[in-house]
Amino acid sequence: MMARDFPLHRYLIDAAAREPDALAVVEPGRGSIRYRELDALSDRMRDRLHAMGVRNGDRVGIYLRKSIDSVAAIYGILKAGAAYVPVDTLAPPARNAYIFHNCAVAALVVEARFVERFRDEHQRLGALPPAIIVEQVGMDAGLRSALDELDTAQPALSSPGAIVAPNDLAYILYTSGTTGKPKGVMLSHENATSFVDWCSEAFAPRAEDRFSSHAPFHFDLSILDIHVCLKHGATLVLIGEDIGKDPERLAEMIADERISIWYSAPSILSLLAQHGKLADRDFARLRLVLFAGEVFPVKHLRTLTTQWPGRRYFNLYGPTETNVCTYYEVELPIAESRTVPFPIGRSCSHLSCKVVNTDGTQTKLGDEGELVVAGRGVMQGYWSLPEQTERAFLPDSSGVRWYRTGDVVIEAPNGSYTYLGRRDRMVKRRGYRVELGEIEAGLYKHRAVKEAAVVALADEEAGVRIRAFLSCHEEKRPSLIQMKRFCAENLPLYMIPDDFFWLAELPRTSTDKVDYQRLKEFR
Amino acid sequence: MTDIGATVKKFILNEFLPGEDASELTDTTPLITGGILDSLATMKLVMFLEEHYGITMQAHEADAEHLDTIGLIVQLIQAKVVQPR
Repeated sequence: MMARDFPLHRYLIDAAAREPDALAVVEPGRGSIRYRELDALSDRMRDRLHAMGVRNGDRVGIYLRKSIDSVAAIYGILKAGAAYVPVDTLAPPARNAYIFHNCAVAALVVEARFVERFRDEHQRLGALPPAIIVEQVGMDAGLRSALDELDTAQPALSSPGAIVAPNDLAYILYTSGTTGKPKGVMLSHENATSFVDWCSEAFAPRAEDRFSSHAPFHFDLSILDIHVCLKHGATLVLIGEDIGKDPERLAEMIADERISIWYSAPSILSLLAQHGKLADRDFARLRLVLFAGEVFPVKHLRTLTTQWPGRRYFNLYGPTETNVCTYYEVELPIAESRTVPFPIGRSCSHLSCKVVNTDGTQTKLGDEGELVVAGRGVMQGYWSLPEQTERAFLPDSSGVRWYRTGDVVIEAPNGSYTYLGRRDRMVKRRGYRVELGEIEAGLYKHRAVKEAAVVALADEEAGVRIRAFLSCHEEKRPSLIQMKRFCAENLPLYMIPDDFFWLAELPRTSTDKVDYQRLKEFR
Repeated sequence: MTDIGATVKKFILNEFLPGEDASELTDTTPLITGGILDSLATMKLVMFLEEHYGITMQAHEADAEHLDTIGLIVQLIQAKVVQPR
């Protein structure tokens, strides 16, 4: 299927034509919207944006909490031919102002509660873009009444949907940049639709499926949640921040909302496995459990699969720049003796992967090297950062641009990749190459360890100093000597951390990954 | 614990186990095989013992067989202090 004839928002338009009365999006405990209504509301959003002067190729910011309104806003922006730029509503307003200013949004849809502080921050940077101010999101009432109000002042003419080319941007997701400023990953309609179509092939979703939407919309996991779900005319169940981190309430919601396809980072699944009291509830509809974003500690995955047997579990791997590029189905049951994490699996069919040495040449099969990715799903580049974009790619002699993931892997003869670690998480200690993830995997074997994260710091005397940060299952924490002794029994001596710190819980980023930067700065 | 034992214990706690409860480190806690002393730390301990007690350690003595517990370290130092080379 040619992406030219099939921009990302076609999925909603077609599903609405097929199943106008099917439920498209649910806000648990509050209400829902049907396909026909969602399609119509996003048309109104498109018309309003056109009336505000938004044109093909523009960017439009979304500063809304997750809601039916924000899903409608996404599709309205796409239908207007613009790219949507969602931000983390929990992030500092200064950061969000930077993002919108950085990609020069032509318009903005913002919830009233964020306006004041955001306006102050943005005015330091430049003129405010025109905004649709939504009093409060929830159901579709907020966006609808904001549009009603604007229509009363000046009606927006019904406009045809924009003609979109495959390379036109569909969205920009900002990720943390090495310079301390977030950088915008530019993804086109073809990037998105090739990924969504691959998901259809790999997971065969059905109209009767109910997808979880656990990830916030500024996180790339949301692309699968929203667009794969709506493509298939299925129902998207929005999970708010408050419930999303509370395992007992979350378990209740997964059961009550009859979610059939779950997708999240492993950390919340670990919490569900340990504290969700899963045996008390009925999860009969749940059939697929997908996870991505970081390594799933095997001991927690084993606990989860024991409590939720008979489902299919997929480990998805990929940076925001490519979205998912490899996948692996976990074989059940997971042996008690297994402690090493599962492979990241084979390349997705819409992409090509290979392993390269530091000089860019392909490694011999079975040798470790950096995973690079090419194909229709790979980003166009970073917004307004030509040098960083150039560094991110490895061009080959035939002109193909391979995205450098920075992840070190090994390829097995069957084409499955095993993740060894980040290129930047490998350190040399006493001459040995140490992968910090391997130390973490070793620490997870300790019965008391709930979470483990390891960082390496430069040290004048020892060259590198390894610090372990742990959170504990038990009230009485093991002593330093006990931990060192445990490590000595489970890790080579050169991998034993120099320092151990026990925290109530590990700090996490807004996308729920362990915040290594904060741990490095820990004093 | 002997005076030597107490001195060695204090050194190990300060240098390699900051923040650890002193009662956790006993005469029989394994130091090298227990992951507390790596090669660099063992070398630092040896330098401290040589300087503090005015003794000389042989290369083959800087291993787990001779230095794995405070008890073993005390025995080694006592033997060297009584029979100075």
